[in-house]
Amino acid sequence: MHESTVTPITAHANHEHIPSIRSLLGTFATLIALTVVTLYGSTLSLGSAEIWFSMGIASVKAVLVALFFMHLKHDKPFNVLIVVFSLAFAAIFIGLTMVDANAYQTEINTYVESELK
Amino acid sequence: MLNQTAATVVGSQGQENHEQSHPRFLAHHFHSSEQQFDSGKLGMWLFLITEVMFFSGLFCAYAVYRSTHPEIFIYAHQFLDAKLGATNTIVLLCSSLTMALAVRSAQTSQQKMLVVYLTLTLIFAAVFLSIKYVEYSHKWHAGLLWAGDFHPVAGHEHAHDGDGQDAGKTTVMPRDVGVFFSIYYALTGLHGIHILGGMGAITWILIRAVRGDFNAEYYAPVDFVGLYWHLVDLIWIFLFPLLYLIH
Repeated sequence: MHESTVTPITAHANHEHIPSIRSLLGTFATLIALTVVTLYGSTLSLGSAEIWFSMGIASVKAVLVALFFMHLKHDKPFNVLIVVFSLAFAAIFIGLTMVDANAYQTEINTYVESELK
Repeated sequence: MLNQTAATVVGSQGQENHEQSHPRFLAHHFHSSEQQFDSGKLGMWLFLITEVMFFSGLFCAYAVYRSTHPEIFIYAHQFLDAKLGATNTIVLLCSSLTMALAVRSAQTSQQKMLVVYLTLTLIFAAVFLSIKYVEYSHKWHAGLLWAGDFHPVAGHEHAHDGDGQDAGKTTVMPRDVGVFFSIYYALTGLHGIHILGGMGAITWILIRAVRGDFNAEYYAPVDFVGLYWHLVDLIWIFLFPLLYLIH
């Protein structure tokens, strides 16, 4: 009745899901495949869309690592919420800073050019 | 089989009250091992999001400079070897797999496999750092340093462009190329320090695993160090395309 695990009851007493080797290997294979796709994509000339392409794939890889390797898929929703919040705040941080920096670029460039003359 | 608690009975009688009410690994300020585990996991996730915010500062610097001075990034990219970067990406993905397998081994009380997988994770981490050492020492000799110390040695300007393309090999060097390298060294250096710290934590867990500390009842430290390690891998997953695959 108990297979290879010695005390299966206690691991489940922690309500902790034990991932199958298949799911871990499958996640790994997908991550490698996505890395290859990223490399291939970098050889194409996508212009300004390139960074969105590579960041998009990186985000998919990140979600896979978080869901399966870090087993967020079978974790308490509160922990997932914490992660989502941190990403949201990081996005606000970077987004607003970029808006701010870009807003003054014309003045900065004019000043720098005048300094260089 | 496990020398921990005197009353540990493996698998047969079910959980006796004595062992259940006070297992050796249960700290006194927790009323159940489940609460202890959940608290530890919450603590580790909170720490991980502070790490995310920590790195987001540097990612912010990258984003601001790349959006306002893209010519620096396009020019400086030729000095990075995408092949080495890609190899390191694969190496870290392998280390994440072996780390996840190590956690699973602890969850299923397979001590031998736990030790094997933790050792493999350390080996992959060491390979990653060795490749970074090769990259750093090459740049050092080529004068490719940060900020004002960026003085490319004559004849070394065109380091290998790993993907074989001629993209970005402009002959005119833009102003302040050192800024790219400041960001590069800060990002990869900080990440490397985190790899080192992770290797230390994994080594400690490995020692405890050899000692027989972990089993299906108590594997929390393995789980949480695993979470940290996956985050370090995650950060590199973003670093690689941002630094090595600019065109």
